[in-house]
Amino acid sequence: MIKVENLTKRYAGQTAIRDLNFEVGQGEIMGFLGPNGAGKTTTMRILAGFMPATSGRASIAGFDVFERSLQARSRLGYMPENVPLYNDMRVTEYLDYRAALKGVPHRRIAERVGDVKELCGLREVERKLIGTLSKGYRQRVGLADALVSDPDLLILDEPTIGLDPNQIRQVRELIKNLGKQHTILLSTHILPEVEMTCSRVIIIHKGRIEACDTPENLLGQIRQAGGVVVEAKTGKDDGAEELKKISGVREVITDHDEGWQIFSLRVESGLDVREEIFRLAADRKWTLRELSQRRATLEDVFVEITHSDQAEMPI
Amino acid sequence: MRKFYTLLVREVRSYFHSPIAYVVLVFFLLVSGVDFYFQVSFMNQRPASYSVQEAFFNSVFFWFAFVLIFPLITMRLFAEEFKLGTIEPLMTAPVRDLQVVLAKFFGALVFYILLWIPTLLYFWIFQKITQQPAANSSGAYWGSYLMLLLLGMFYLSVGCLASVVTKNQIVAAIISFSAITLLFFLGLIQFILLDVSSGMRDALGYFSAIEHMGTYSRGIIDTRPMVLYLSMTALILALTYQAFQSRKWRL
Repeated sequence: MIKVENLTKRYAGQTAIRDLNFEVGQGEIMGFLGPNGAGKTTTMRILAGFMPATSGRASIAGFDVFERSLQARSRLGYMPENVPLYNDMRVTEYLDYRAALKGVPHRRIAERVGDVKELCGLREVERKLIGTLSKGYRQRVGLADALVSDPDLLILDEPTIGLDPNQIRQVRELIKNLGKQHTILLSTHILPEVEMTCSRVIIIHKGRIEACDTPENLLGQIRQAGGVVVEAKTGKDDGAEELKKISGVREVITDHDEGWQIFSLRVESGLDVREEIFRLAADRKWTLRELSQRRATLEDVFVEITHSDQAEMPI
Repeated sequence: MRKFYTLLVREVRSYFHSPIAYVVLVFFLLVSGVDFYFQVSFMNQRPASYSVQEAFFNSVFFWFAFVLIFPLITMRLFAEEFKLGTIEPLMTAPVRDLQVVLAKFFGALVFYILLWIPTLLYFWIFQKITQQPAANSSGAYWGSYLMLLLLGMFYLSVGCLASVVTKNQIVAAIISFSAITLLFFLGLIQFILLDVSSGMRDALGYFSAIEHMGTYSRGIIDTRPMVLYLSMTALILALTYQAFQSRKWRL
């Protein structure tokens, strides 16, 4: 659906994105991750035909986004960051206008606009001026606009930014459902969102793609895959030494909290050592108040990738 | 064509969504109403060799209101889209740059025409009350309103160009106001600089909006100003189109 080859964009004096290469297949939900200023919006704007790249190619459904921009644009629904809208129009009026502009046949406009209003929960504000809407509703109008022509591809730039937790959950559900029929490229820096919705993830940092894989594989790659936290009273035993003897435990960090010892264990990925720890504690008559496994999250992957070169920098 | 029509309808509607339209309408009808009133009172005092209609379209009041309305009508056209960022959803929809430029120009033109329609009432009321013709011939009406349309197209295109080069509406208004005033005074130089050669004077006379209105409001349809204004409008719209396209490279 999307094909990007050696895409580079230079602004005066700086390179926003450098040699990007990726593909998004039909029906995929691709998450686009990166810190602010990594080049996410730039890439999306190029794909949406809003600005040309300095070099390289990008195509949507086989149409070059620059040379055959009109055909490419008619196949996508784009929701820009911060959702700029005409404040002087009413919700239904705006969506009618957008539908006509995107070439929805005249007799189908009312039906399509009705559908997207229903889907995005805009019924109760349909007669309101856009300028009077809250951030959450504006966001939904933007999403409804992207959907109104029923495009094959949705490009959503930070669709949940500025929403409250309930709204984020609603939008996430919506995106998940949309993913059944549409190809979606969405950018965000809210990581649980990506883990929950996306089938694949691209991590972009300083204009380069640092990783591109499924969330599961990315988690598998990470060095400190997981850990176990044990809080216990070990009596005379040296708890840390005992725990280190369990196979698969690489490192134990000890901490204290009012007579309790808190052990943070680093464990080889894929291993679950909790059962053995329980047996050990039972044998040695330790008093145990917590035994929990901390799963590695995409956040760890993200931090590891995007922080790596900062750590190398001389201070 | 359907997309152009969709864009055009939005442009025209958006005038009436904002207070600007009503302010411009009130200001304009007030000044032109006062103009009309004064012309009638003047002619009441002494015999005149011209008609009310001619006097109306050639007075200082008329020109004063005339050059002021263009910046007000055109300043927001592109500048507001750039400022609010709505240019992004607009230009990522499958529309051509040319469709957008033309829709904005013709949207402004439709509003400009709507602005002038009520002035027809002045002449109608005059004739009803005085039982005398307001103009010497019906051709004089055609002439003056045709010249209004031609001048309007030219000055509106200048306003479009001013609005496309900035994201600040005030800056757009100042640029178009200065440009339109300069273009307007180009035709007046012959009266200000008295020592210019007669050839120069004639040449500058070709650009004089006042002179064009003078002949057209008598019902004389000269094709030279028509060619001038239509070609200038086309030229400036072409420049506007180029400037609009250049946004992609300036980003």
